Amino acid sequence: MESLKQFSVILIILFSGQIIQQKTSIPIPGTVLGMIILLFLLMTRIIKIEKIERITNILLEHLTLFFVPVSVGIINVFDKIKDTWLPLLIIIFVSTLVVMIVTGLTIQILNKHTDKSKKGA
Amino acid sequence: MGMYLDTPLFGVSISIIAFFIGIYINKKTNKGILNPLIVSSIIIIGFLLYFDIDYEIYNKGGSMISFFIAPATVVLAVPLYKNIRLLKGKWFNVLTGITLGSLAGLFSIYILSKLFKIEATVMISLFPKSTTAAISMEIAEHIGGIPALALAFTVLTGNIGYFMAEYIFKWFNIEDKMSKGLALGTTAHVLGTAKAMELGETEGALSSLAITVAGIVSVFLIPWFMKLLSL
Repeated sequence: MESLKQFSVILIILFSGQIIQQKTSIPIPGTVLGMIILLFLLMTRIIKIEKIERITNILLEHLTLFFVPVSVGIINVFDKIKDTWLPLLIIIFVSTLVVMIVTGLTIQILNKHTDKSKKGA
Repeated sequence: MGMYLDTPLFGVSISIIAFFIGIYINKKTNKGILNPLIVSSIIIIGFLLYFDIDYEIYNKGGSMISFFIAPATVVLAVPLYKNIRLLKGKWFNVLTGITLGSLAGLFSIYILSKLFKIEATVMISLFPKSTTAAISMEIAEHIGGIPALALAFTVLTGNIGYFMAEYIFKWFNIEDKMSKGLALGTTAHVLGTAKAMELGETEGALSSLAITVAGIVSVFLIPWFMKLLSL
């Protein structure tokens, strides 16, 4: 019953996220709002991590399986990409490298700066 | 054949069985690209095409499995909470790096898509591809993209990130653990984190944290970026 109890806590948070999203129509998905709410509840110790750890492990362990049906859904939109798959592949490849390089280099440069100013002080 | 399969039982069963076959093949071949998600999707698509079964019939059961994506997204807060202390005193650097990296990615997608004359809905579905699948599909839906395409692009991005990371770090002299871990999680979500864990425990923890932080950043950044370019 423990897992089910923990699952109901997550569902209530998820529901709150969805309701807030619909009420305020802010452009953040309800699920992400739910995630932010849970983070807030954990940081303020309103919910202790032990109270949701079991369901967290169960859900994250099976995360890949949950995406199978959506992934199969590509069958319905295959027409949209069948003529442009090669340019799409190039775009995905290049932009992936761009994100990795810019993120990594920016943080490395800024961190060096932070560490230096700490030592100086 | 169709009438026997017109029950949620079909979609649920074939998804789980195909997924186990996917795990088995992945373990046997030990090839990242043959990950369980790709293998099981190919098996099911093959089955549906061969027996001429509509996706809608499959999805009666499939949607029961997809349901769990939403609660699984909520608990992504947990790895973030567990590792958040690693970012102490570095929050500005981290958020700046993730924001600039994601923004550079969006610009590169936009410019290349214009160059190759990619259809608008397909281009939009490319935007959230560095975020983790759950968030990427949500964003795609929100901004008028196609969730199934966004998911495919996201999985591909993860694989490219996994395979290219060590070359990128070498070519561009990215050396410190924090930059490596955060760049991996920001770029290649769960697959990036798998690579980060191979590099070390700190890199792994930072990468899993970056998945969530980058996801939240993108939720705000992508609609803003589209407004900027009036898409």
